Amino acid sequence: MTQASGTKFDEFGVSPEVVARMKKRRSAERRFRLYGRFAVIFSVCALAWLLISILTTGLSAFTQHWIIFDVETEIWSDADKSDRQKITLALGQRLGAAEGRESGSELLQIVSTSAARQQLTRSQEQGANLQEPLIISVPVSDLSDQYLKGFIDRDSPESERKISDQQIRWIERLREEGAIQKRFNRALFLNPDSRDPERAGLATSIFGSIMILLIASGLALPVGVGAAIYLDSFAPQTGWGGRLTQFLEVNINNLAAVPSIVFGLLGLAIFINFLGLPRSIPVVGGLVLALRMFPVIVIASRAALQAVPASLTDSALSLGASRMQAVFNHRVPLAAPGILTGSIIGMAQALGETAPLLMIGMVAFVTTAPASPMDPATALPVQIFLWSGSAEAAWAERTSAAIIILLIILMLINALAIILRERLQRARKL
Amino acid sequence: MSDPVPIYILLMIGALMLANYRLSYGRASRLGLRGVGDVDIPQAQPRHYARLSAVVAGLTGLIIYFSGMTLRVEAPGVLFDLLWILILVAATGLASVFTISGTREGFAARAYTERMSESALMGLSLVAVVTTFGIVASLLFEATLFFRDVSILEFLFGTQWSPQTAIRAGQVGQSGAFGAIPVFAGTFLVTLIALAVAGPIGLLVAIYLSEYASRRTRAIVKPAIEVLAGIPTVVYGFFALISVGPAIRNLADMLGANVPTQSALAAGLVMGIMIIPLVSSLSDDVIRAVPQSVRDGSTALGATQSETLKGVVFRSALPGIIGAFLLAISRAIGETMIVVMAAGRAANLSANPFESVTTVTVQIVALLTGDQLFDSPRTLAAFALGLVLFVITLILNIVALSVVNRYRRRFE
Repeated sequence: MTQASGTKFDEFGVSPEVVARMKKRRSAERRFRLYGRFAVIFSVCALAWLLISILTTGLSAFTQHWIIFDVETEIWSDADKSDRQKITLALGQRLGAAEGRESGSELLQIVSTSAARQQLTRSQEQGANLQEPLIISVPVSDLSDQYLKGFIDRDSPESERKISDQQIRWIERLREEGAIQKRFNRALFLNPDSRDPERAGLATSIFGSIMILLIASGLALPVGVGAAIYLDSFAPQTGWGGRLTQFLEVNINNLAAVPSIVFGLLGLAIFINFLGLPRSIPVVGGLVLALRMFPVIVIASRAALQAVPASLTDSALSLGASRMQAVFNHRVPLAAPGILTGSIIGMAQALGETAPLLMIGMVAFVTTAPASPMDPATALPVQIFLWSGSAEAAWAERTSAAIIILLIILMLINALAIILRERLQRARKL
Repeated sequence: MSDPVPIYILLMIGALMLANYRLSYGRASRLGLRGVGDVDIPQAQPRHYARLSAVVAGLTGLIIYFSGMTLRVEAPGVLFDLLWILILVAATGLASVFTISGTREGFAARAYTERMSESALMGLSLVAVVTTFGIVASLLFEATLFFRDVSILEFLFGTQWSPQTAIRAGQVGQSGAFGAIPVFAGTFLVTLIALAVAGPIGLLVAIYLSEYASRRTRAIVKPAIEVLAGIPTVVYGFFALISVGPAIRNLADMLGANVPTQSALAAGLVMGIMIIPLVSSLSDDVIRAVPQSVRDGSTALGATQSETLKGVVFRSALPGIIGAFLLAISRAIGETMIVVMAAGRAANLSANPFESVTTVTVQIVALLTGDQLFDSPRTLAAFALGLVLFVITLILNIVALSVVNRYRRRFE
């Protein structure tokens, strides 16, 4: 090999061009690695951003400020006054506020009026002792709550906030006098949905979700696992039957990738329009989600079944077992942990589905838990969607809290899947 | 569900199944049945006879039970209930007599049961075909009704989308305009943005994690990325609404531009984040499928690791990666909640990612989540859009799956 004269070789006899090229190639290598690292960091940061933004907006919704005030006997036994007037008067008395329409509505705005009225009515119905002042203990209104949690800046101009200087003075006074307490927001878990954020809860939607999920998995699990067992062990592999099997498999794979909203359209057209079932009921929701879950369960179960060595079935067959016995006594039990895990993950996926439920009309404002699968219900993800549409800060806070609850439920379900798999696998090995 | 009748009937069917089981079992063991002593046909034990007769009676009962429950809604009343129960008792009784007396020499109960079970299992797997058929039939049916009012050409190529139908007759814009081009354009724009995010990042994540990352990094990052796949889409939608949208708007404000909170960019970006795990896990599969010998060959010729990856591994995995991208596109087109919450509803025909756009799925939701008469063109338009969505995603899926499968076979 001859080199042009004048080129300097390094100690290993490598030309500078090669050195330069190597340098370039090495930096290309480093760059490529950097891109990869950037992509990983981007994904992890996106996840962190999502979780942090949900947590920071949502955690404050787990507490709620309550106000405690007395309603004097002469006020609350006065039959001429409406409940609103009574509450206004009592609050006015408590705060020594001037009477008048203006300050009246301002006074009412600091407490959850609907809750206070409800409590007043309840104690009247129960025939409370007229000789004693009635102690009202209700959540403060969503705006007062936002202020008390420090989300509304006191120093901002009055026109830019929805809470007036007067109201802030009242709230501060009540706080100093110990009439305002910060409590754990039990209403979020125990109350049904409400128009007032301070009283809105997730009880009915969680209950509805459980009902829908039970119906869906009750239908999809046996059918899906059965179909997977058939395709794995009984379906013909050759000839016309084999073609049918292949068609079935392609079909299931495609069904798993069909957008979930299409399943909602199917439910709307068939169950509601054609069969005439009512909208918004758990049965229809369950049926739609069962169809959605079905291909997922089939694919997961097939993967679990295929992981069982064929030699086990073969030896059972050679000992005289029938095909059915070999499959159900030897193949299926070994695949059971995998089938179970896959199915539970499919259920978790179904729990988060929103679009198909919107299609079957599950957007109604439902405040009672469904007594039967044929009553209108609402579901947790739909509730999140509905709450997210309201602009008030208190709703954003509660939506995030609902998301936190949904994510915790999903986490628990997935943890259950992992624990069950480990347990069952260990039990099988012994 | 205060009505006790259905529950009594269910209990009765259960009791009957038990009785049948005992009776057949007793009879079979008394007779000492062993089915047919043929080599080809498996022997039967008393329990096989017993199971068969319990299941036959139970199934008969349940079928009549459920058809009765359905009809009962239409025709309530004591008379109907009496008739229903009478038919049920007679049919299950007949089934019991038939199966118990069938417990005799020469009847191979087990072989019979197994044949029945196999057919039943096959029936279960046919649910997939029935579902697909149901989807196609219902979408086609409703879309045909829609195309009686609006011509297909106008729907597919019209540029005006304002599906508001009049409440009063004779109102301006009564019929509404159903030109879906702006809707398709919006879908395309959001999908493009999502793919621009998820495609390279998902692919690079897959490459980095399978080729470069240390075991510890992989153990932390891989589950984190799988978490992204497990988060419900409604959560992503809310994330786009409260965090990403405002962040983009604030950024634009700083640069002096005016961007709404609901924009194609916010929706596409968040959708891209959602799809990263799909792309990365599919690409991971195809990259892993490239045999080690191919890499070794390249390394032996002096290529660096990234040169091997870019020039050899990536090239041989290309069909699989394309398949993964196609599946990602299909996922993005069909994604609903993110765009419903973050992309807005205005049907702008625009390629500007900073404007709010509308997509096929958003329009389906918008058209169907109100109280409308079912047969108005407004609701039917949703099914026409659904049909387009289904056809496009179906084609993408079939192509993607066949590409991926063919690719897998190449290295097997």
